[in-house]
Amino acid sequence: MLEIRGATKRFGDRTVLDDVTFGVGAGRLTGFVGGNGAGKTTTMRILLGVLSADAGEVLVDGRPITADDRRGFGYMPEERGLYPKMRVHEQLVYLARLRGMRAADASAAADELIERLELTERRDEPIEKLSLGNQQRAQIAAALVHDPSVLVLDEPFSGLDPMAVETVLRVLAERAARGVPVLFSSHQLDLVERLCDDVVVIADGRIRAAGTRDELRARGAGRQWELQVGDDAGWVRGLHDIAVIDFDGDYVLFEADPVAAQSVLRLASERGSVERFAPRRPTLTEIFREVVQ
Amino acid sequence: MTTASRPAAPSLRASVALIAGREITSRVRSKSFLISTGILLALIIASIVGTHLFTSTFGDTRVAAVGVAAELLDGAPGLEIEEAASLAEAERLVRDGDVEAAVVPLDDPAPGTPGVEIVGLSDAPSALVQSLAIAPEVRLLDPSPVDQGIGFIVAFAFGIIFFTAAITFGGTVAQSVVEEKQTRIVEILLTAVPAKALLAGKVIGSSVLALGQILLIAVAAGLSLMLTGQDVLLTDLGPAAVWFLGFFAVGFVLLAAMFAASAALVSRMEDVGTVIQPVTWLVMLPYFLIIFFNDNETVLTVMSYVPFSSPVGMPVRIFLEQAAWWEPLVALALLAATAVVIVQLGARMYRNSLLRTGARVPLAEALRG
Repeated sequence: MLEIRGATKRFGDRTVLDDVTFGVGAGRLTGFVGGNGAGKTTTMRILLGVLSADAGEVLVDGRPITADDRRGFGYMPEERGLYPKMRVHEQLVYLARLRGMRAADASAAADELIERLELTERRDEPIEKLSLGNQQRAQIAAALVHDPSVLVLDEPFSGLDPMAVETVLRVLAERAARGVPVLFSSHQLDLVERLCDDVVVIADGRIRAAGTRDELRARGAGRQWELQVGDDAGWVRGLHDIAVIDFDGDYVLFEADPVAAQSVLRLASERGSVERFAPRRPTLTEIFREVVQ
Repeated sequence: MTTASRPAAPSLRASVALIAGREITSRVRSKSFLISTGILLALIIASIVGTHLFTSTFGDTRVAAVGVAAELLDGAPGLEIEEAASLAEAERLVRDGDVEAAVVPLDDPAPGTPGVEIVGLSDAPSALVQSLAIAPEVRLLDPSPVDQGIGFIVAFAFGIIFFTAAITFGGTVAQSVVEEKQTRIVEILLTAVPAKALLAGKVIGSSVLALGQILLIAVAAGLSLMLTGQDVLLTDLGPAAVWFLGFFAVGFVLLAAMFAASAALVSRMEDVGTVIQPVTWLVMLPYFLIIFFNDNETVLTVMSYVPFSSPVGMPVRIFLEQAAWWEPLVALALLAATAVVIVQLGARMYRNSLLRTGARVPLAEALRG
């Protein structure tokens, strides 16, 4: 379990982080979402100790983090960088050995990741000769090579084609399944929605929402309803106490409190057949838009 | 935590060795480094051998000598003597072209002349004329143990070797620091190892490279001197060269730390040149001083103690036999003490600036804390 508590950071007069508190559970894939400049990267840099907070603390399993803990972290910084002239395998081995792995173990771990991330043909090429997508894979391998105890990845999917996204996803999910807390930021909310167990939303340096994905989606649920009837549903538009959001022949999406929604259902069944009636769970994008406003 | 066994923290020494090893291999593998080292060595060998060829004649002059003239010429440099029984035989050898000239005794020599004459076919070889010319006796009131000209050449050589090696390898350290900042790999590295390990690895790696190159130069120069028969100069140069290596080793650690600390202030390769300028000047200083003041004993003595110029100044004084036995030890201790202080300040600057990207970090802020 990795936690950040009450983290505050100012650059000059500007407060970039304001009392940031959230946790990344063991074995949970946690998505960290927020707009540009919301404070995602700053938070991650504080977690990794490459930036110090003005206030607040970082905890590992409930106790203050040590340099030794951080040595076991896997980190992918926002601005990518590996040694341009170093070969892929050699570079991974170097990074693993810096963290105390024995040379033979490091080499084996590097080779395994190279294979998993489909870089086998590029194994002995210098990083600068790789395509951007492959450089990105190498960067991910660099964060994983020492079998990290915690993973913190800043935008790991940006710049990857859909196939590569799937490949990387599998590798990350596998690490989480082994019990590693995984925190990653992303702009791709559909991705976060699809694969994250937990979601943390940040805006203007404050945490706006944090919880399991389903909790978050349920929070927005209960206000929007979908109704599909056997014939025309145009009559719904004439009702009071509700607001129709979308209407298409026999389908209507409307916003209402649960009591009003139930009365709409009653009216519908009196008029004819009801094909479908359900509360609509908003997408993460919609929740995001709502909580950051 | 969650995953099983995490490897034990590597010792500081292991981290430093790993980092230094990477610095060395990445440099040795670069083509430009290998080519420039090759050119440097070729230049040094060519200059020593070339100078030798230029000053000595191309092969010995064959000369016939008769009677006492043969004894007179015995051991003269650049001459190959062929004894002839008589004047007639000597003249025949000259006519036949077996020898370039003959030296024969005069029947009644004028007082104060060598008592021999040169017999040539159409002209006389200058090497022969020179070796028979009478040079006046020389008496020096304040004899210098070493030839001034050679003294200057040695001073110049130490100066330029120090200067080029310090600039080249200091520049490498600076670039390597900024490369890590610019690519942000430093953020990953710092989660794994402390900043001081990173700095120490870089300084040690580049010092090993710089010393290695200078050793190569020393071996190349020594071999060239030996092969061209200038062993005498080599024996004179030996002790000074060994001291030079010692001073360079300590002096370069000091400079490398300064190059690294300065470079850490900026985040882009384009800014490296500007930010390391002050250190560059500090490196050039002993070079210019030695060129302008190599015959000024006072300046040279001061230079041989000031930490930034002592790696050049002291070996030159040792070569000129101006330094007492304890002087290099004192100067070396001074240099080492300065290096310890500067390396600590440099480490602080490095640590404070490493994660700051964007604008150049002000010196005062880098030194704080």
